[in-house]
Amino acid sequence: MTETILPPIAMLAELTHRCPLQCAYCSNPVELLKANREMGTQGWLALFEEAADLGVLQVHLSGGEPTLRSDLAELIACLARRGVYTNLITAGVGIAEGRIEAFAAAGLDHVQLSFQGAKPETTEKIGNHRGAHEKKIETARRVREAGLPLTINAPIHRHNMHEVPDFIEMALSLGAERLEIANVQYAGWALLNRDALMPDRESVERQVQIVEEAQERLTGIMTIDFVAPDYFALYPKPCMGGWARDAFMVAPDGRVLPCHAAHTIKSLHFEQFGDWSLADIWRDSPAFNAFRGTGWMAEPCRSCERQEIDWGGCRCQAMAIAGDAAATDPACIKSPLHARMGALIEEAAKTAGSADSFQYRRIGKVVEPAS
Amino acid sequence: MEGVRTRAIVSSRSRPKLRRHARLQYDPVRDAWALLSPERIFWPNEVSLDILRLCDGTHDVAEMIATLAEEYGADEADIADDVTAFLQEWSDRFLVTLEQVQEKDEAVLRPDLRGDQ
Repeated sequence: MTETILPPIAMLAELTHRCPLQCAYCSNPVELLKANREMGTQGWLALFEEAADLGVLQVHLSGGEPTLRSDLAELIACLARRGVYTNLITAGVGIAEGRIEAFAAAGLDHVQLSFQGAKPETTEKIGNHRGAHEKKIETARRVREAGLPLTINAPIHRHNMHEVPDFIEMALSLGAERLEIANVQYAGWALLNRDALMPDRESVERQVQIVEEAQERLTGIMTIDFVAPDYFALYPKPCMGGWARDAFMVAPDGRVLPCHAAHTIKSLHFEQFGDWSLADIWRDSPAFNAFRGTGWMAEPCRSCERQEIDWGGCRCQAMAIAGDAAATDPACIKSPLHARMGALIEEAAKTAGSADSFQYRRIGKVVEPAS
Repeated sequence: MEGVRTRAIVSSRSRPKLRRHARLQYDPVRDAWALLSPERIFWPNEVSLDILRLCDGTHDVAEMIATLAEEYGADEADIADDVTAFLQEWSDRFLVTLEQVQEKDEAVLRPDLRGDQ
């Protein structure tokens, strides 16, 4: 290994796979872990202490639905004590009275609340949960009342792309400082449901125009961050800011991965926290070193002037579409497989009429893997 | 925040204050100051740090410019634009608030600030 290893800055903690919603676009693995596989409170506390020692400054508490962990306030308090910035990523459904206030008192810094639709019927359909929309509105109100800054996260796909203007108005009315218009990334359940979720080109172009206009108009009023749809892109995203470069994730069972979809790369083995220290995993795990830096790259990345801009793109997308985790992300126009992305968009368009057949996300559900 | 939302604009009478959820803290691992905020971490340079440290809600922008001009041995007129632009950007990013002094609003801070003092 000749690459310089800098300390990690951010960590995504998927505390649980349990969730009251069943969103078909979920990026969690298709094989979800049951509650009895989750790491206990002491395990997470020890892991957070080591993360802070290692240099982690920001922890995203996610899942599944992280508020289903009854020890969440205790976990937040531990991170706050160490000066780590905490971001709760929640679906905002079924959070008991007083808990948001307890999270705030424990030192929570920020809440990111997802909305599956800007209209109640859309939110219910995508998450397969009756009354979800109203519960989320109520959660947003409680978050603001607790004095916490709020980001609304809108995962965008074929079934709600036309609601982007409504998402913007809704986020404004909820008092959010930030809105994420995040086009769905096809990993996990989203990959399984790709044909049902894939938007058409015209809608994507209209969406980009609407978002750019709103970003301009709302400067200083609300920040709108846009996550572009990979399949329509010219260049790939610098996934995770580069493999094992400054961030990592931890699965509910304490396995430590360079990104939340890395388990789809079957040739890699991921260490368990407890068997290895976090510092050892970050520095020495073969999975972390597999695609770290630029040394692993082949052409066209090897001679590309963008290699330290996008770091070869997403390894999991290369795996899913090129069948080779070490290939250039096919989202890149320089990839020999770039045309495959366009073909997949066209293929999905053919099924547009019958697209309501989601495979809803469920623990223990038997599913056929995506081709 | 609720109700009609408008963009806060910096004036010489604004009293910038770091928001409760933007945290300036020293990071011993990297031997550097970090500004932690929702979803983003900034690494302010020395000049930015000096400005941010004055964002405590007790100094108005005119006073901040005077203080910084003295510290850096510069003319207030020469740094006013930069300081103002910096604060506007950080207000737009929801890192600082710009509470106004309760008087008739001053004109937006411009290069003609000299007359203000």
